[in-house]
Amino acid sequence: MLIAEEVKHIAALARVGLEEKEIEKFSHDLSSILDWIAQLDEVDVAGVLPTAHITGMNNISREDRMEDFLNKEKIVELFPEGKNGYDKVKSVL
Amino acid sequence: MIRELHNKLISGEITSVKLTEEYFARIEEKDKDIFAYLTLTKDLALEQARKVDAKIARGEKIELLEGIPGAIKDNLCISGVRTTAASKILDNYIAPYDATVIERLKEVGAVFLGKTNLDEFAMGSSTENSAYGVTKNPLDLTRVSGGSSGGSAAAIAAGEAVWALGTDTGGSIREPASFCGVVGLKPTYGRVSRHGAIAMASSLDQIGPITKSVEDAAIVLSVIAGQDKLDATSAHSSGKDYTKYLTGEVQGLRVGIVAEYIDGLDEKEKKSILEVIETYKKLGAEIVEIDLPHSKYSLATYYIIQPCEVSSNLARYDGIRYGLNVDDKKNSGVKEDGMSKKLLETYLDSRQYGFGKEVKRRIMLGTYALSSGYYDAYYLKAQKVRTLIKRDFEKAFEKVDLILAPTAPTPAFRIGEKTEDPLKMYLADMFSITANIVGVPAISVPGPEVEVDGKKLPFGFQLMAKWFDEENMLRAAHAYEISK
Repeated sequence: MLIAEEVKHIAALARVGLEEKEIEKFSHDLSSILDWIAQLDEVDVAGVLPTAHITGMNNISREDRMEDFLNKEKIVELFPEGKNGYDKVKSVL
Repeated sequence: MIRELHNKLISGEITSVKLTEEYFARIEEKDKDIFAYLTLTKDLALEQARKVDAKIARGEKIELLEGIPGAIKDNLCISGVRTTAASKILDNYIAPYDATVIERLKEVGAVFLGKTNLDEFAMGSSTENSAYGVTKNPLDLTRVSGGSSGGSAAAIAAGEAVWALGTDTGGSIREPASFCGVVGLKPTYGRVSRHGAIAMASSLDQIGPITKSVEDAAIVLSVIAGQDKLDATSAHSSGKDYTKYLTGEVQGLRVGIVAEYIDGLDEKEKKSILEVIETYKKLGAEIVEIDLPHSKYSLATYYIIQPCEVSSNLARYDGIRYGLNVDDKKNSGVKEDGMSKKLLETYLDSRQYGFGKEVKRRIMLGTYALSSGYYDAYYLKAQKVRTLIKRDFEKAFEKVDLILAPTAPTPAFRIGEKTEDPLKMYLADMFSITANIVGVPAISVPGPEVEVDGKKLPFGFQLMAKWFDEENMLRAAHAYEISK
């Protein structure tokens, strides 16, 4: 069972703000999913290598050269807060 | 259906503009009840259609998909068009570029009617997790259309588009196709470039077609498949015409069935799938019993791998570069060493108000599973089980060419039936998820209908094939379809 403190800790790590009433709900939901996932404990994986890329193919690669993105002004328009073509970030200090 | 419309276009019986307008009229008439579309792109569609008509008028040759109107799931970027992934966090997002699949469809002159509804960020099996409302099943408005590509499947079933694109990370093309009585194809992992698809779980995501017929699915796949420099996982292949493999016969093809998959079904669903098996026997396929001992762990494996990758992929929604930016002026009480209060509160608030509850649930589950001390027990363990499931399939494919299974355990369920319990919802994907875990191609085809509460509902079966063997899969799906 994930206790409220753990849920708050995970939410902080995930940068997700939670309301008080959500904490209890997530504590219940996440605990029951984790209990259900525990069925994997019965699988013996000794000596088995993990699979990250399922077809085992090599990466498609391209020349490491800078290319101009043609629609820059449209990216700038998406900034929630922009200034003179720059994205404005909250103070970091 | 596409070929038929194509012939009408070249014979001059209809024009692309007329056809496109007819589809918009149908959307106007039906979509207020169904809600398949989030955004309509009428100006873009008519501009595309006019170009095709001009080309035909000049006597130029046109491609099969040219001038034919389709729908695009709203987690695929079309330049200049709002792309939300059905999330409030992208409510105001106008895509600044085309996804590779969109670029390829534009090159062959396909027409885009609009963007279809989905579960938020494609997480869900019913479109009930959309921040904008549920897409109802056109065949029974009290039932879900399935998900996450429910909008695309419903659009096809309701005649609101000729073809559609969906994405499939754990059954999200096939389950809605089964629920809506249409065809849905998830290609091999790597067959189609995901550049411009809003990333969810990168080791599982694939884009594929949802259509009325197997031939239509083959036509769309032929356009969107192929290597792409902008997706490092895309496979070295392109330029294949998949319609060439639709020979109408399956003589000698070995089709595997898994006893547990069928025995676990309720009587009516079992009857439907047994009829499909009988049909394949009659068509000359050889039915072979196979064993996939680890496949029962696919769902649990998925619910580790998927949330972990989600928590990483969705970290990009920070309220700073694009998307929703919220400051609720309240102090959350959360502290992080070395981070300014204002910046931290922007992250917390934007993500709190921007994400829905299923998305938060999975981000948190993934964050937990990847957090210090748990990585080996969860993500690494799941990746090892993934290897074992893959080995089962490699072994099975020494004996068979295809594997036949139900797409989902039941036909479409009622709206609201599973929303309270996430685990119950996850089980809707128990059969479809394995193809994503092992990366093989899979297609859902409508099988014999199943009666529920006195009403006949669509029920699909799926065929899975070897990695990159979409050819035999399409061939067998097509042979079944035309035998009906």
